[in-house]
Amino acid sequence: MARELWKGNEALAEAAVRAGAEAFFGYPITPQTELLEYMARRMPELGRTFLQAESEVAAIHMVYGAACAGVRALSSSSSPGISLMQEGLSYLAGSEVPCVLVDIMRGGPGLGNIQPSQSDYFQLTRSAGHGDFHPLVLAPATVQEAVDLMYGSFELAFGWRTLVILAGDGTLGQMMEPVEMPPMRALAVERPDWALTGAAGRPPRVISSLYLDAAELEESNLRLQAKLRQMAATQQRWEGFCVEDADYLVVAFGTVARIAQSAVRAARRAGIRAGLFRPVTLWPYPRQPLEAICPQLRGVLVVEMNGGQMVEDVRCVVRERVPVRFLGHLGGVIPMPDEIEAELAQLVSLSGRAALS
Amino acid sequence: MAQGTLLIQTDRCKGCGLCIRACPQQVLVAGQHLNALGYQPVQLDEALRRCTGCGVCAWVCPDLVFTVYRESAGRAG
Amino acid sequence: METIYRRPALLADLPTHYCPGCGHGTVHRLVAETIEGLGIGSRTICVAPVGCAVLAYKYFVLDCCVAAHGRAPAMATGLKRVLPDRVVFTYQGDGDLASIGGNEILHAALRGEPITVIFVNNGVYGMTGGQMAPTTPLGMRTTSSPLGREPRQQGYPIQLPELLATLPGVAYAARRSTHSVAEIRRARQAIERAFTAQLRGLGLGIVELLGACPTNWQVSPGEALEFIQQVMLPVYPLGEFKVAAELGA
Repeated sequence: MARELWKGNEALAEAAVRAGAEAFFGYPITPQTELLEYMARRMPELGRTFLQAESEVAAIHMVYGAACAGVRALSSSSSPGISLMQEGLSYLAGSEVPCVLVDIMRGGPGLGNIQPSQSDYFQLTRSAGHGDFHPLVLAPATVQEAVDLMYGSFELAFGWRTLVILAGDGTLGQMMEPVEMPPMRALAVERPDWALTGAAGRPPRVISSLYLDAAELEESNLRLQAKLRQMAATQQRWEGFCVEDADYLVVAFGTVARIAQSAVRAARRAGIRAGLFRPVTLWPYPRQPLEAICPQLRGVLVVEMNGGQMVEDVRCVVRERVPVRFLGHLGGVIPMPDEIEAELAQLVSLSGRAALS
Repeated sequence: MAQGTLLIQTDRCKGCGLCIRACPQQVLVAGQHLNALGYQPVQLDEALRRCTGCGVCAWVCPDLVFTVYRESAGRAG
Repeated sequence: METIYRRPALLADLPTHYCPGCGHGTVHRLVAETIEGLGIGSRTICVAPVGCAVLAYKYFVLDCCVAAHGRAPAMATGLKRVLPDRVVFTYQGDGDLASIGGNEILHAALRGEPITVIFVNNGVYGMTGGQMAPTTPLGMRTTSSPLGREPRQQGYPIQLPELLATLPGVAYAARRSTHSVAEIRRARQAIERAFTAQLRGLGLGIVELLGACPTNWQVSPGEALEFIQQVMLPVYPLGEFKVAAELGA
């Protein structure tokens, strides 16, 4: 198929359609609104469900309802809207009902602004709602990758009976890039064996996150924890650039990783053996691959559009073996390649042994 | 008057007495013994033989303890 | 012998967790009998609330899910939109529906979602131990309005079916009570109409049912029926506030 120019938000929407999404429920919020608008046109055209909800709270509970029927349902929002959805996310997790959610992150806290940000890292990976759970969080860096990850997201969601969140920032949502769209997938005909469809010719089914008995709730939680451990062991994804011989590693996700890649190239030209480690899954964090690279490193630079969130995961892996520096911008200020390069040079001088090739 | 009778699931009865209050024939009474739930379940006073099987007890019972029977018309004497 | 009454098969043969004299048991029965009577049990899905009726899924022999507090109309919307040929109903209490879920019920009604809403009003938050609800009558003492509900402090009770009856998306809106056999029979009819509105695709159907809460009203089950008549009925008049023409008189 030919490559076409797509805007990030609309590409995500079309990819969800082609992945077999049967229902979309959402609420307008910048900078993700084009996704909702695209769905408003596209879903009814295909005879599928689109509904603009009265709030993000209602939207995620509509997703919950539709997903209880075993259909591929999704929503999309941006940071303040995700905060409102956390109630529903917790119920979805507690009852292991799968769905897909897009977070096109903007600056916070509070109303913040509508500029690109990565400040929802903790929220998405650590505290997507009350109780013990993690969604599977995917962080695309390009519009093509956003499309590809969205295309596979329902398989992950239904396969693991989990919540899958695609975390992009405002840049990704708004930028236009050439994309090769995957083919239109036929809608699933079979419903999963837990789906609510009316108890015709079978015993009734219940979908609930309520376990009043302490031992029962613990058992349910332990089952969930076991699943999360299995996901953590098998779902870590990352991409590297010039990692093989790197002495210094830049760690960045999403669009920031693309800026960091330019900086790594420039650093290489300046004689620093730098590499880029880009997590594709934010949860589970790609700890094993990062650990495998660690022994060769002399220093690590983490770059994020937040006050320093993913850097905590990096420090958990690297520990005190080599210096871990952090460069962050907040509020929609985007880090520039020369800043990153300067930080890398600082790191090299700090670690004392510039590895000149 | 038709003759009726009741099957009462006394182990389910919470002794709320709504049926006793509603029974037009006043043939329901609180039992003397406690059931496993710790309530005094309702009883049909069989000695009165006045139950008409009207079903009012079943309409007001929140715990669905009643099955109501009535002698069919053909056999009523 | 002829069987005059037998419990509906759509209610599980289990003791309920409800207090003696609680209105929920009666409303459960009416809903189960209605669904059974309409012959729609194998295609009906129940959305249970948060509150005393949270365990409704244990009692209804139907596919069930449990919504977050107040979100049942949103969850029912999601279900109904993807399963338009199924029957979806929510079962909600007054705190769940009229307070925290106010926005969800209002917008489900505005959209005319063809769902059925069974709304049990006992004027208090029962499960948490008798706090003031939006439906608490003026002057009534609760654990969170210990001096009695005072309008300048705590506002006025909400008459929800009357409010929703003004919306074009609502096909049926009624209030019935459970304090007497005659009223329970009318309640049964109202519930049937609210389901029929859905079956005919006319819009949202809602029935508010005044139910007793002897425990939190701190009266006996028998006195609770008097309480409904003396305290609740003056605030909550019974009647049908909206009947879509297609439902008949």
